[in-house]
Amino acid sequence: MRYRILFKKRYNSTFLFEGFLSLLSVIAALFFAGIALKLFGVSPVRAYAAMFRGALGSWYGVGEVIVKAIPLIIAGVAVALAFRMKIWNIGAEGQIYIGALAATAAVRFLSTGNQFVMLSTMVAAAFLGGGIWGYLAGFLKARWNVNEIITTLMLNYIAIHLVEYFIYGPWRDPSSLGFPMTAPFPASARLPQFFDSRVHMGIFAAILLIMAFRLVIRWTRWGFEIRAIGDNPKAARYAGIRYGRNILLLMFMSGAIAGVAGMVEISGLQGRLQHGFSPGYGYTAIIVAWLARLNPWGILIVAFFMGVLLVGGDTLQIVMRLPVASVQVIQGCILFAVLASEFIRNYRIQIVKRERE
Amino acid sequence: MNKKLVGVLIAVVLVAAGFMFLRPKQELPTAPSAETAVDLKVGFVYVGPVGDGGWTYMHDAGRLEMEKAFPGMETFFVESVPEGPDSVRVMETFIQNGAKLVFATSFGYMDFVQDVAAKNPDVVFMHCSGYKTAANVGNYFGRMYQARYLSGLVAGKMSKSNIIGYVAANPIPEVIRGINAFTLGAQKTNPKVKVKVVWLFSWFDPAKEKEATLALIDAGADVIAMHADSGAAPQTAEEAGVYVVGYNNDMSRYAPTKHLTAPVWNWGMVYKHIAGQVIEGTWKSSNIWWGLKEKFVGLAPISSEVPEETVTLVNSETENIISGKGDVFTGPIMNQKGEVVVQTGEKMSDGDMLGMNWFVMGVEGEIPK
Repeated sequence: MRYRILFKKRYNSTFLFEGFLSLLSVIAALFFAGIALKLFGVSPVRAYAAMFRGALGSWYGVGEVIVKAIPLIIAGVAVALAFRMKIWNIGAEGQIYIGALAATAAVRFLSTGNQFVMLSTMVAAAFLGGGIWGYLAGFLKARWNVNEIITTLMLNYIAIHLVEYFIYGPWRDPSSLGFPMTAPFPASARLPQFFDSRVHMGIFAAILLIMAFRLVIRWTRWGFEIRAIGDNPKAARYAGIRYGRNILLLMFMSGAIAGVAGMVEISGLQGRLQHGFSPGYGYTAIIVAWLARLNPWGILIVAFFMGVLLVGGDTLQIVMRLPVASVQVIQGCILFAVLASEFIRNYRIQIVKRERE
Repeated sequence: MNKKLVGVLIAVVLVAAGFMFLRPKQELPTAPSAETAVDLKVGFVYVGPVGDGGWTYMHDAGRLEMEKAFPGMETFFVESVPEGPDSVRVMETFIQNGAKLVFATSFGYMDFVQDVAAKNPDVVFMHCSGYKTAANVGNYFGRMYQARYLSGLVAGKMSKSNIIGYVAANPIPEVIRGINAFTLGAQKTNPKVKVKVVWLFSWFDPAKEKEATLALIDAGADVIAMHADSGAAPQTAEEAGVYVVGYNNDMSRYAPTKHLTAPVWNWGMVYKHIAGQVIEGTWKSSNIWWGLKEKFVGLAPISSEVPEETVTLVNSETENIISGKGDVFTGPIMNQKGEVVVQTGEKMSDGDMLGMNWFVMGVEGEIPK
């Protein structure tokens, strides 16, 4: 008697199954990263314990995890929205930069002492700025079918250089001895922080966006069109859904939301526009969206988990004296495990007995 | 070749590369005798990986030197910390783990050091290359321009094409000051020399550093100088057969045959000095800006290909600077437009040097405005 492995295409999957898969890939990733830690002479159990204690063992740690999760949630929603229609917007990083740039422009040119007005103007500017940046790639896609993976990626570099132009050039703070950064924002342009921590009001934006994402995709006509195009663009077009118009709107919204992440980050934490305020949030957001299987609540959970990983990574370096690469190995393992789990998601694996002939 | 085999090979190489990143664990200091043991924990915020071979590598060497000098002292570090809000968390985590002295080793941490220091008045913070102080925040940096000037003397002598390429990280006063000092040195041994500058807009980006080096060589440079964190430029210059002046430490391991010399840092001496003050309780906020005299900066061994007369000149200029007889930025000095900025015989003030945002005549390049 022999066994045979069969791969069968899977056509429907439940939320529970998707969640189970995500959990499974994280566990598998921690297992493989554990082997790396072990080879490195560190007990993986102790290392993970130190990591989670560092991130969640104190209110300070929890606050910092939330601080990291805020931009990841917002940018994660931006990315997930586009991915839902199978538009591969990997330009969230650039849209974050443009959002921050536009918010800074609002501070420079529309400055007011009224905090509510100032912050609203900044959000609007960031929304518009990021939106236009996304729209550029959307326009190229809708009009000439230019691959959006390439354009959004390239626009990231342009965005970062544009920000550099302003902070090295016209917006450089004259009182900073020539160092590249804008003048500090006035108090009215700073998002309030709570509970003696760095958790700032951006958390409300993050939660609101999660709920809006859920609402739009599930209950609105536009959400239906996004889903229809995402599942089968040809069929959707045949059914009379306007493909081009939807791409433009989607890329604008996706970019706009990512832009808000940029505003929240500089207004809540940085307090001025300076190089390197985003340590790759736009790219990490892709991992977040994917790991969450584009599910809104999943994004919340995964962003929090990534926050734990990043915050705990410091402790790993300080207490366990591991190099920063060890944190990157763990993150890399998770990404690989998620990609591998795609296979299980798409194919049902059956082991069947076969009679010897 | 078989495609599968290639795939397997790539996977093996990637995995091996991954493990190579994981360097062996730092040895914890052995328990010292109770009498001499100091009870101080020190945290270091690094902007790059300790394996960058340059900037962070040298800070880490300084950290180890300090640790050795004070038995019982415990040090922590976190690598590759972005110059943004993340640095606050890193510093707070040091403090939660008992650090009473924190070194932040890059300019971009300045505002964040101020924030954390205000919340932790019992912890001493030392910020490298910044200008903001507080009761518990001091700054430390070196007069690297002095060593840059000396390396310029060597580079000018060795250039035949009269074009020297300069791979420069960020257009900030520290880097501009270095370019100017280097150019003044090069002009002293070779009045016709021009220094071409390419900006990286990054401290640590080996790929960009390599590209910039190649671009400068294409533009006719036969000597390369650099201000970046890694050893990519020397490596590229060696491959292209062009002389190179390193930075941070003796980079002849990257360019065994083409390395002329390098302006180098000695962080250990300043770390030992500050830690000693903190332990004795005599530390007070100040701006440390030491140079050749204090041996905070210096020059790596000069290549045997450099003529004897140039080495003699370097030695006599070193003595001049140390004795205070002549500093690098002593007039007449002209800017790119030919206007005299420093009058004959006049010495530039530290304040003017710290905010320098113009190039001396002979530099080809632009400072973004």
